[in-house]
Amino acid sequence: MTTTHNYLEMRGISKHFGATKALDGVNFSCVPGEIHAVLGENGAGKSTLMKLISGLFKPTSGDILLEGKKIDLKSPKMARELGLICMFQELSLVPDLTVRENLLLSARGSGLGWLKSDSLDLARDVLDQIDGEDILFSQRVADLTLPARQQVEIAKAIMMRPKLLILDEATSALNSSVVEKVFTRVRQERDSGTSILFISHRFHEIEALADRISVFRNGQCVDTFAQGEHDYGEIIDMMVGQKIDELFPPKPAPNKDAPAALQIEDFSWGDELKSISLTARKGQITGLGGLDGQGQNKLLLGLFGLLKKTQGRVIISDKHVDIRSPGHAKKAEIGLALIPEDRKTEGLIQDQTIAENLQLAALGAKDLDAKDPSLYAASLDQLELKHGGLDLAVSSLSGGNQQKVVLAKWLALKPKCLLLADPTRGIDVKTKTQIYAILRKLADQGTAIILLSTDYEELIHLCDETHIFYDGEIVSSLEGDQMTAQNIIAASMNISTGSDTVSEARHA
Amino acid sequence: MLDYMRSNRREVIAAIVLVVLLGTYLGTHPSGASTYVMTIWANQAMILGLAAIAQFFAVVVRGIDLSVGAVMALTNTIASYLLDGSAIGISMGIVAVLLAGAACGLINGLLIVYGRIQPIVVTLATASIFVGLALLLRPTPGGAINYDLADAITLDVLGIPTALIITAVLIFGFWLPFRRTGLGLGLYALGSSEQAAFQSGIDTKTVRISAFVLAGLFGGLAGLFYSFVTTTGDAGIAANFTLNSIAAVVLGGVLLRGGVGSLVGALAGAFILKTIASLMFFSGIPSLAQPLFEGMILALAIAIGGADVLRVRNRLEVFGR
Repeated sequence: MTTTHNYLEMRGISKHFGATKALDGVNFSCVPGEIHAVLGENGAGKSTLMKLISGLFKPTSGDILLEGKKIDLKSPKMARELGLICMFQELSLVPDLTVRENLLLSARGSGLGWLKSDSLDLARDVLDQIDGEDILFSQRVADLTLPARQQVEIAKAIMMRPKLLILDEATSALNSSVVEKVFTRVRQERDSGTSILFISHRFHEIEALADRISVFRNGQCVDTFAQGEHDYGEIIDMMVGQKIDELFPPKPAPNKDAPAALQIEDFSWGDELKSISLTARKGQITGLGGLDGQGQNKLLLGLFGLLKKTQGRVIISDKHVDIRSPGHAKKAEIGLALIPEDRKTEGLIQDQTIAENLQLAALGAKDLDAKDPSLYAASLDQLELKHGGLDLAVSSLSGGNQQKVVLAKWLALKPKCLLLADPTRGIDVKTKTQIYAILRKLADQGTAIILLSTDYEELIHLCDETHIFYDGEIVSSLEGDQMTAQNIIAASMNISTGSDTVSEARHA
Repeated sequence: MLDYMRSNRREVIAAIVLVVLLGTYLGTHPSGASTYVMTIWANQAMILGLAAIAQFFAVVVRGIDLSVGAVMALTNTIASYLLDGSAIGISMGIVAVLLAGAACGLINGLLIVYGRIQPIVVTLATASIFVGLALLLRPTPGGAINYDLADAITLDVLGIPTALIITAVLIFGFWLPFRRTGLGLGLYALGSSEQAAFQSGIDTKTVRISAFVLAGLFGGLAGLFYSFVTTTGDAGIAANFTLNSIAAVVLGGVLLRGGVGSLVGALAGAFILKTIASLMFFSGIPSLAQPLFEGMILALAIAIGGADVLRVRNRLEVFGR
């Protein structure tokens, strides 16, 4: 593959933001017909690299060469006309327009004049192939779920017939069966000569897809090598520059007799939650798994008082409670905290400072002085929040560090039961280990934790018990040795819980 | 059809309110649903309708245009000098009036985009400038408009008010095709999520400037139509039309946060507002109490439009509205 000439080459690229060097003298190249994975912690420079290629930023110094010729990317528009298409992690769909209108706007050759609809068929094909048959062109994007939006983003990117396709955490909200279908499509694109850049924090995805891997650290490209040359451990070492022994903290033996902190009985909400019963015990981490949108997130929202007209019983510390609002849920006698799915819009107020964001949960709580920095100091220390001062806007932090702020803000209340909706989505490995560690520590201190995750490795290695959701119901509850990747995936797709049937289904 | 109504819920509600109000108006009017009554109603509504369209283009890109009335005043006073005499002179005059409107919009757009100043501040300043110019042109109301042309545009064709025909042409000849262009969708994209629009390769600067040029152009059209209805030039009309144009777009289901609404909704809102005013006029309510009742009807109509918030079962969805 090395005999092929480079499609895109970057020579000595640097990008500085004031004193920060986001990229520092990077050499990087992509070859046609190859899937090139880019790995690195958040803040290592991957996103900056992608933004340079897609014309959002201009390099401070260095050259970008396209098929051997030097180019000057002036705008995103110019980049896409050259065939450099980026599917951004931050979704680039317009919420108030329909799927069809969004696709029309991005179709090749669309300007301010009359829009041509000839590429829409291709988008429909792609959507159908990646499990998006139910997504109608006439739906408003705002009415779509997060995974559905991501599917539309993928279809939109492929519709533009890219020569270089950048997938930046493109599948972060998708479940494993959809991801597999997306990968099939991406491989087809590769085989027809497209050069693909793939950014992901999920190792098994990279193993499944990448031909070549580049590792970034602190704004530099540390190494580029063929897939399979190094194992996970070596790659992780390259990414962090130091050894991380274990991604997950050691798991103590589960204690099935621990006192219940939160009991849910026959909890229902419309058609979306059907008679959910589960118990979260003190010191235990309870996992919620399953495909996206099967009701897991709705259960967390319902517990936190965000849904109206829920039915069923919620029992906290042996008392039946009716939680009416988040303000009620966080009161000391109930002691719930919710780390929401979307930290950017639901977890934080981006324009306010880190310090102000930290105070948000404690404000108005009895017996707590929200202004007292010692409330947050311990959690921030343990999470190793990297910041340039607590009086900077929270938007100045990277995604992983923002999530740490969300966690610290709730931990100040010392919740009895912590609800987390996919807290490590799109977060780098090092931050993940820090979050895992603090969760385990909280559990050891007696907090009950309910963890919704789309990453089955988290369910396996972190949780003491896992409930798999399908169509608003718990179809399977796994514990101990039953928590295997096969069992979780099978239950998620509601095939069967026996592993024999799974292999049969696969052969069929 | 049902799907269409659901996704254009706000326009549909505005249209229903309009039909009910118009029915009541025509039913209670002493001379009934005659062409004469309809023509006067349509002309009044059309002036505000064009002003509301101007406001719509600014609001849909998450802006606001406080100079709509001022552009009307300026173009109205210009028209009072140019729209009389030979046919060629008048046609050149119409072009000049519309160009003046578009130029006002262009100034707003350039200041907003390249001066990086908020639309509310820019248009507040330019509104004073435009009114100042209009006052220099016409310190007191006066001037004349060619009567034959004014009659042709403000009377009726075969019993149908010309203003309603113009409205239909605007919707079917301009708006529906425009909605299918890159600029048409780009306006919504920009108002809904500027970041997404930029990342989708949309030239956000050009789109924003175009939005304000369109606002200026329709402000000019409103001024022109006002000239035909009143056949005189008056620099003092600005404030009233600016405020009513904002009320009209809100009533027509255009969200002030941008990205949602349509030209049809803005028109419907303007027609509703004018119909309420006409209803009051003939209802026998003491004239001093009329603003109170107008305001209450306005508030009620907006409340109906937002009533579905009560049905939302996920409290988080309320914030997306």
